[in-house]
Parts: sequence; C-alpha cells; structure tokens
Amino acid sequence: MQIHVKVNGVEYKHDVEPRLLLVHYLRDVLRLTGTHIGCETSICGACTVHVNGKAAKSCTLFAVQADNCEITTIEGLAQNGELHPLQTSFKEMHGLQCGFCTPGVIMTAADYLKQNPHPTEEEIRTALEGNFCRCTGYQNIVKSVQLAAEKMSESKPVTKEKKEEVVV
Amino acid sequence: MIPTAFDYTKPATVEEAIAALSDGDSKLLAGGYSLIPAMKMRLTQPSKLVDISGIPSLKGIKEEDGEIVINAGTTHYEILTNDLIKNRLPFFTQAAGIIGDVQVRNRGTIGGSLAHADPAADWPAPVLAAEAIIDVKGTGGGRSIPATDFFTGLFSTQLLPDEIIVAIRIPVQEGARSVYLSFEQPASRFAIVGCAVLRKADGRVNIAFTGVSEAPFRDRGAEAVFDGKSWDTATIDTAVDAAIGEVDVLSDHFASSEYRRHLAKVYLKRALQALA
Ligand SMILES: Cc1cc2nc3c(=O)[nH]c(=O)nc-3n(C[C@H](O)[C@H](O)[C@H](O)COP(=O)(O)OP(=O)(O)OC[C@H]3O[C@@H](n4cnc5c(N)ncnc54)[C@H](O)[C@@H]3O)c2cc1C
Ligand code: FES
Ligand code: FES
Repeated sequence: MQIHVKVNGVEYKHDVEPRLLLVHYLRDVLRLTGTHIGCETSICGACTVHVNGKAAKSCTLFAVQADNCEITTIEGLAQNGELHPLQTSFKEMHGLQCGFCTPGVIMTAADYLKQNPHPTEEEIRTALEGNFCRCTGYQNIVKSVQLAAEKMSESKPVTKEKKEEVVV
Repeated sequence: MIPTAFDYTKPATVEEAIAALSDGDSKLLAGGYSLIPAMKMRLTQPSKLVDISGIPSLKGIKEEDGEIVINAGTTHYEILTNDLIKNRLPFFTQAAGIIGDVQVRNRGTIGGSLAHADPAADWPAPVLAAEAIIDVKGTGGGRSIPATDFFTGLFSTQLLPDEIIVAIRIPVQEGARSVYLSFEQPASRFAIVGCAVLRKADGRVNIAFTGVSEAPFRDRGAEAVFDGKSWDTATIDTAVDAAIGEVDVLSDHFASSEYRRHLAKVYLKRALQALA
C-alpha cells in the first residue's frame, strides 16, 4: 500500500506492507535511527515520536496509520542547526547516561511543554510516566526538562552567552 | 515482534466500516493500543484491519436531550481535556487522566477500550456507575445496550463480530457528584482495582468496580445500604462491609484475590468518604 508522509518537514512516498510498524519505517526505510526500539511492547517509550504534533509510541502504530500525517522525530527537533532547548538542557543538566531512552523522553517532553509551559516537578514526572530510563534515576531528566521550560518561556531566542555555554 | 500479514482499509463512514467488517476475519482498528500489542504477540491474527480513525462521525463530545454523548472514536486525551466532561462527569476526567501514559491517552479511544473489555481497564467502572448506554451499529441495524448488560466476561462483551460501537450516552443527573479512584499497576497504570461512585442528589448511589473480577460490575449489595439512609460513617462502613460479597475475585501475579478484595474495600471507602 502506498503511503504519503511528511517526516521532519520532508515529504516521502513509499510502498509499504500494512504490517510494517512506523518505527521500522523510520529506522529501516528512512534510516532515521534516532528513534530507538526498547521494549517493543508499548511500555518503555523509547520509540516516541510526534504524529501530527502529539507524542505516540511508534512501535504501536503501523506506518499505514500515519498516511497523510506529519511526523517529527528527534532528528527534526533542531532548527537551522540550533539544538532545541530540550536538547541543550539535557546536555547541561546531565539528563542522560547511556542515552538510549533520551530521544523518546525528549519527544514526550517537547509535546508536554507545548501544553504546559510552566510545569511543576510533579507534573513533569507525571508527563514522563510512559518513558522508562534504566540509568539516570530520573532526577537529572526532571531537572533538564525544568531548565528547558525556563529557556523556552524566555521570549527571546537563546542568548549569545548561553550559546557559548553549550559549546564548552 | 512482527504481526502476521493482513490487509488494511480505512473507510470514511460507519456504513463502509460495517460492510468491510462483514467479509473474512476482519477487525476494527481504532487507537491500536490494545490491538497492535496483541497482534505483535500473535495472540490475534486478523486477515484485515478496518481503520476507523478517519470517520468524522465517531469523533467528539456533546450534550443533547439531557445526555452527554461521547462518540466512540474520542481519545482518552480528548475526554481528559473536555470542559463539558469536567463539569458534568468529573469522574470521567479522573479516569481519563490515569489511563496509561501521555502517549496511550493521545491515541487510545473509549470505544476501543470498552470493546476490548480488558478486566483491568479503567473506563468500564465510571461507564457502569454513570448508567451509560452503549450505541452500536451492525449489518442488522442499530441497538442500544445498557452498560450493565454490555460486559459478559474476560475480554468479552455483547458486541457481535460485525458491530461497531458508535457512541456512549450518559444521562445528565442534576446535582450528582462522582469520583473514580484506582490502585494502579505501576508500569502500565492499568487498574489492579478501580472503583467509581456516583452519588445522586437524592442520596442514592451507584458503585462500580473494575479490575476486581473477570468482568466489571455494579455492586448492588453495597449500593442498597444507602437506600433511605443518611451518608454518615456508620452507613459508609456498612456499605464497605457489604461490598464485593460473593464476587469471584481475580488472582494474578500483581495481587492475590484476598489482597484485591481488601484493596477494593479500601478504595470504595475512600471514594465514599470523598463524596460524604
Ligand atoms: C502501555 C499501555 C498502558 C495502558 N494503560 C491503560 C490503563 O491504565 N487503563 C486502561 O484502561 N487502558 C490502558 N491501556 C489500554 C488503552 O487504553 C487502549 O487504548 C484501549 O484499551 C483500546 O483502545 P484503542 O482505541 O487503542 O483500541 P484498539 O487497540 O484499536 O482496539 C481494541 C479492540 O477493540 C475493537 N474496537 C476498537 N474500536 C471499536 C469500536 N468503535 N467498536 C467496536 N470495536 C472496536 C478492536 O477491533 C479491538 O478488538 C494501556 C495500553 C498500553 C499500550
Ligand atoms: S519500543 Fe515502543 S514503547 Fe518500548
Ligand atoms: S540514559 Fe540510559 S536508559 Fe535512560
């Protein structure tokens, strides 16, 4: 069956088998391997992407269901070579260790911060319920999302000073 | 984990979906958050999936003729964030907010959850306590099934293979108050025990449990305790004692039947106290 999708702003048309999972389409057909496969059982959230702006587990979605949809993966978050505030914050706050869960966590957090730009710590923890991390103990993940929320609510784009901090 | 091969079709109307269902071993696909995991484990191997997510009439929530109507394809997230539901059926908002996680709520639908009839699903409890009617359509026409008749056992309902749930209708009860509480399985958030209570303006009460038994149920024994009684501590304690009664309580690796029975009473007590 032919599908027509827009992934990270680029349009694609492909013939796919109905049983092809979206995560396999993204990783194996489009070679966008930033989206990870953790549990394959809809629990861990490592495969989270945005489908029409909303976080979804791409291991629990057939590619045919995404026909005519816009998909954003972790590769699509940076704009014009500038990392997304969530990405810089995870780096600054040590929000990752092995990094396996990170793309999924960031995609869930990115959807959530659109709905609630000023979350409490408790709200962040609840929002990330569907993303499991085997390494960090979550503390620095929460701090990273808090920092990103602060950065994103500053009306100006990231300041020069902060940019340098990121580079260091 | 790759499911067995199947054909896929995405009809634009309920009628087309019913027609597509009547050939072969077809299955409806809504959010896919129960069906796809089961297909990946090859517990179910449909020959065709009929994706109903593109049918406009299956979306949305409205108040009409003294009823709240939730169309079957409405997602948990859409219910959670709906103001009409927040005002009229606060326990639906509570249930929607604790189903799974953000990703599950974004795609899973109330119709899919009711049709799947997982014994640990959250929706059946508030749906039963709210005296909901489940509207279905099939090749034989339409029928309206009271929620109390809908669930027949483990993963089983009154639905026929060619029937689609189109809407859930809930009578508006002026002055009623409601609460839903659940003891969640920590990874999936499914209800090990879920208890929904609706307190009507005249003091009568509907009590429904999910997670406790193979099928969700109204606890008539506990409800009857409130007939003609005031809502005081003694009445609540008597109702909690009467609850669960002869029900065959589930036992699994999350909770033994003894522990589940205990939890059900604890959660009922908390729910009743919240409405006292
Ligand atoms: C990680 C995880 C955690 C979860 N946690 C919870 C939880 O805490 N509480 C909870 O209640 N649920 C939970 N769920 C289940 C979730 O709510 C599902 O979305 C829901 O049970 C099924 O809805 P769906 O729209 O995804 O249906 P699908 O998976 O698409 O379909 C399920 C079944 O219903 C049938 N069906 C679908 N729509 C209709 C219709 N309109 N008419 C007739 N038949 C139909 C399908 O043919 C299929 O047999 C969880 C799921 C996952 C993956
Ligand atoms: S790989 Fe999709 S939820 Fe774990
Ligand atoms: S950083 Fe290793 S799993 Fe989260």
